[in-house]
Amino acid sequence: MSGIVSYGSYIPKYRIKPDEIARVWGEDADSIRTGINILSKSVPSPDEDVATISVEAARNAIKRGKVKVQDVGAIYVGSESHPYAVKPTATIVASAIGADFSLFSADYEFACKAGTAGMQNVLAMVDSGMVKLGMAIGADTSQGAPGDALEYSASAGGTAFVLGKENVIAKINRTLSVTSDTPDFWRREGQPYPTHGERFTGEPAYFRHTISASKMIMEKSGMKPEDYTYAVFHQPNGKFPTRAAKTLGFTEAQYKDGLLTPVIGNTYSGSMMTGLSAILDKAKAGDRIMAVSFGSGAGSDAFDITVTENIEKIDRESAPTIKKMLSNVKWIDYAIYAKFKKKIIVGDAIE
Amino acid sequence: MGKLSAVWRETNHRYRLIAHECGNCKKMYFPPRDVCPICHRESIGKMKEKELSGLGTVESFTIVHDAPPAFARQRPYVLALIRLDEGPVLTAQIVDSVASEIDIGKRVRSVFRKVREDGKGGIIQYGYKFVLE
Repeated sequence: MSGIVSYGSYIPKYRIKPDEIARVWGEDADSIRTGINILSKSVPSPDEDVATISVEAARNAIKRGKVKVQDVGAIYVGSESHPYAVKPTATIVASAIGADFSLFSADYEFACKAGTAGMQNVLAMVDSGMVKLGMAIGADTSQGAPGDALEYSASAGGTAFVLGKENVIAKINRTLSVTSDTPDFWRREGQPYPTHGERFTGEPAYFRHTISASKMIMEKSGMKPEDYTYAVFHQPNGKFPTRAAKTLGFTEAQYKDGLLTPVIGNTYSGSMMTGLSAILDKAKAGDRIMAVSFGSGAGSDAFDITVTENIEKIDRESAPTIKKMLSNVKWIDYAIYAKFKKKIIVGDAIE
Repeated sequence: MGKLSAVWRETNHRYRLIAHECGNCKKMYFPPRDVCPICHRESIGKMKEKELSGLGTVESFTIVHDAPPAFARQRPYVLALIRLDEGPVLTAQIVDSVASEIDIGKRVRSVFRKVREDGKGGIIQYGYKFVLE
């Protein structure tokens, strides 16, 4: 029985409200709040990037599950904002947690579902006996062009899952994916900000893939929406996952605990995984979870998960819970945000 | 390339707070030392690697207003002398707090952060910094 052995997340401390962004760009903050349900978003400090977020999440996962690092035989990091174009984030994580020299590792990219693609990869390696334990990380310091709609949601954060066969706290019963070449969101090499295809980001992209993958996994697992305790989806904003959940027949009680975008924004590769992390913070043995990611360009990874009795055996408070990370914040204005995110360009003489 | 090899050589102690413990007198050294300055030749071959907990207490601190280029976006920032629970004292930045929140005696824990970038095309150096516990 393979599945999640431990988990850990990291969300930067800084937050900005849509009011601040709307004030600068002459937009209506109320319509942002009600339109896409974003109340605030996380902002990385100038000394944080995907490598530092991944390392913090990985360390929290190791601490929470008392994982023996030498047993971790694979590390995959999914992100669309890796610090290097060439040089993996996974090697930095491996070195920072003291992983063994004998290690499978690579970086993944599939917009917002690169982290869950890593989970599927590691799960297969665990099932095949290639590794005893493997770590999959989804993390991003996502980019939104100044004045663009993405600026209200593009945030930072990440989650690490350690997968294995023994001491599983959440069994992964089944996983499947859907894939199509839908041009709804992209960033060309060397470009600082992504471009999105306006109308393509809704029906043909997010909803088609997310809902199809959800229906497929329920059908293959013989499950109905009411059979699940929790459902968590990729969260590009606060509106899309809510609509997808309702379309599928899920209630607010099932999706509210995993819905983090309204308060932390869209952490891209970290989005669904961090929502799942919030659910695991409070889940009980026997709870059934459906988790579905989405990545532009495009595809969805779906997971059917059953929480086991082992979840009571780990000390979930031994690493920061999502609730704790949501309560410890520092608010910044747009000027500080622009400085932190390097939207203010300084000369080489200064930086 | 000299700088690059130095970054690589220091990875273990900068990433994971790896100290050296003298197998003779048990004193802990950070950054690691190949020879214990107390036990001298008695310690040769007896220095053992130990990973520090990253927990410590602020012994003293200063607020840097005239920041070097790499820290321009963090100005003013706090640089502190931190006594780790295992004994060694190190100098490190305290981040995610304003200077008025820092005080001598406050508990801190290490975090993994970007320390500097070698220009836009160069290597990114990572290492330990601290946050208030």
